[in-house]
Amino acid sequence: MRIAQRSALPGFAPSFAVTLVWLSLIVLIPLAALALRPWELGVLGVWRSVTEPRVVAALRLSFGTAALAAAINVPIGLLIAWVMVRYRFYGRNLADSLIDMPLALPTAVAGISLTALFAPKGWIGALLVPLGIKVAYTPLGILVALIFVGLPFVVRTLEPIIMDLPLEAEEVAATLGARRAQIVARIVLPALLPALLAGFGAALARGVGEYGSVIFIAGNMPMISEIAPLLIVIRLEQLDYAGAAALGLVMLLASFVILLLLNLLQRRMIVHA
Amino acid sequence: MSVELRDLRKAFGHVTALDDVSLTIAPGEFLALLGPSGSGKTTLLRVLAGLEFPDSGEVVIDNRSMHGVPARQRGVGFVFQHYALFRHMTVARNIAFGINVRPRHRRPKAREIRARVQSLLDLMEIGHLGQRYPEQISGGQRQRVALARALAIEPKLLLLDEPFGALDAKVRKNLRIWLRMLHDKMGLTSIFVTHDQTEAMEMADRIAVLRSGRIEEVGPPAKLYAEPASIFVHEFLGESVRFSGTVADGRMRVDALPDVGTATCSPSGPAVALIRPHEIGLLPGPGPARCERQETLGPLRRTRISVLDQAFDVLTPDGMWTPAVGQTCRLDLTRARVYPAADDRPG
Repeated sequence: MRIAQRSALPGFAPSFAVTLVWLSLIVLIPLAALALRPWELGVLGVWRSVTEPRVVAALRLSFGTAALAAAINVPIGLLIAWVMVRYRFYGRNLADSLIDMPLALPTAVAGISLTALFAPKGWIGALLVPLGIKVAYTPLGILVALIFVGLPFVVRTLEPIIMDLPLEAEEVAATLGARRAQIVARIVLPALLPALLAGFGAALARGVGEYGSVIFIAGNMPMISEIAPLLIVIRLEQLDYAGAAALGLVMLLASFVILLLLNLLQRRMIVHA
Repeated sequence: MSVELRDLRKAFGHVTALDDVSLTIAPGEFLALLGPSGSGKTTLLRVLAGLEFPDSGEVVIDNRSMHGVPARQRGVGFVFQHYALFRHMTVARNIAFGINVRPRHRRPKAREIRARVQSLLDLMEIGHLGQRYPEQISGGQRQRVALARALAIEPKLLLLDEPFGALDAKVRKNLRIWLRMLHDKMGLTSIFVTHDQTEAMEMADRIAVLRSGRIEEVGPPAKLYAEPASIFVHEFLGESVRFSGTVADGRMRVDALPDVGTATCSPSGPAVALIRPHEIGLLPGPGPARCERQETLGPLRRTRISVLDQAFDVLTPDGMWTPAVGQTCRLDLTRARVYPAADDRPG
């Protein structure tokens, strides 16, 4: 830190102070409260509270579905981002705004529309019933909702990176005899890998915390289609604040570790990119 | 391998990049495409490599029409101005790329590839850099890597787009000489794009001067310099001093210098006389020219001369008579080349 030194960019002290105060008020203090609250149950009580079978099932569902949804969003999002950046077509601006819709739409609205579509009598649901596929009120429904809300994160993370991809690298690869598929596999994808990971992380984080769009389509059956955020709400309604905080803390730690790992992995890739 | 361009045309929207370009390049030749920016030289190079497709006309390489032949099947080495190295690969993997992407039955064994890469690295005099990444080496070294990567596919035709554009002056000069020697040693046919006339004059067997998508003139550097066919080429290659005047009865009269005349076979009418600073003669005696300043640059003396509203430098070997500062003199323009003024389209 260089607080006392004269700098060509003055204003370090006031801006640092504002940053620190704001970060404390908005992020650090609430998180600290979350981290402190559960322990009134005692260590054993916290352990019991977060290892209940219903809790474990909910956590597994939340993280598993979010990871799967993010993994599905990565190739689809890559394709969409590629098309949006590399091609000019009629209706491109419209398509571009559509991508942001999942961000702008109130999540409850998204959840209700998806439920209506995928319910056994809905437009899409009715087509799937004869195939024996049930989407609404099952974990599959959760997956659909999380794919929906996660997509813009992948697309928007990738777009600027694709835009900056040097076209010359692809051209030079072509003059060296590479086929298009080889260029994609050896030149384009390696260059995009860090961004793909970042997009995956962003979609995953969003999916783990997603609540509004999921609870309508999930059916919320304990042990089967009940997500962890919903379980927190249920505990709050039962006035089990410490139990809710314990579950919250577990989610916080798990998300933190996952994002940290993704970040480290990404950093290792960027070193030479 | 010979290269033939026939009536190539290419437009981007309303902008004409190539306008009826025809050119033949002999095997083993080192040809420079010289021209101001926007003259179409890079487009021409990209058309040759198959990275751009002409609207009409034909590219023939080694007696084979390149119509419909994609870049990857042309076997033409291309070096980009900014090298376009693969940033996530080591130098050695960059160079091996063209070999590694071959179908398996045409790919040599891993050990052979390694040996070939090493010999290319040695040829480029960067033998120790194989395991570095492009961002860990200097600009001149990157240039050599780009060149080695292009040479790894054993191209008979090498295309270079402003190969020294991004390098500082000293590195540039060394690389020029080295590249020319490499070209001769490997028996390549090379075409390189540049906007730097010194570079073109120093390296090329022949120079093709481009202007707004057309080839203005092609020829050996010395001939282009000594007998340029047009005002544009005269002024683009080397320094020129320009006088306007009129041709009548086979003599050019310069407006500013009524008593100076030059014999010419240019047709009668308004004309432009162009002369190099070292071709202007300074003669003692009262005249319209006045010496403003004088410096000695080693074996040459540079005299600043003003005539009416025009001022220019004259270079004379040290020891020749020159006016003193403030003194007037007469000018000898007999070595000037005369062009009809109608040729003087803006470039």
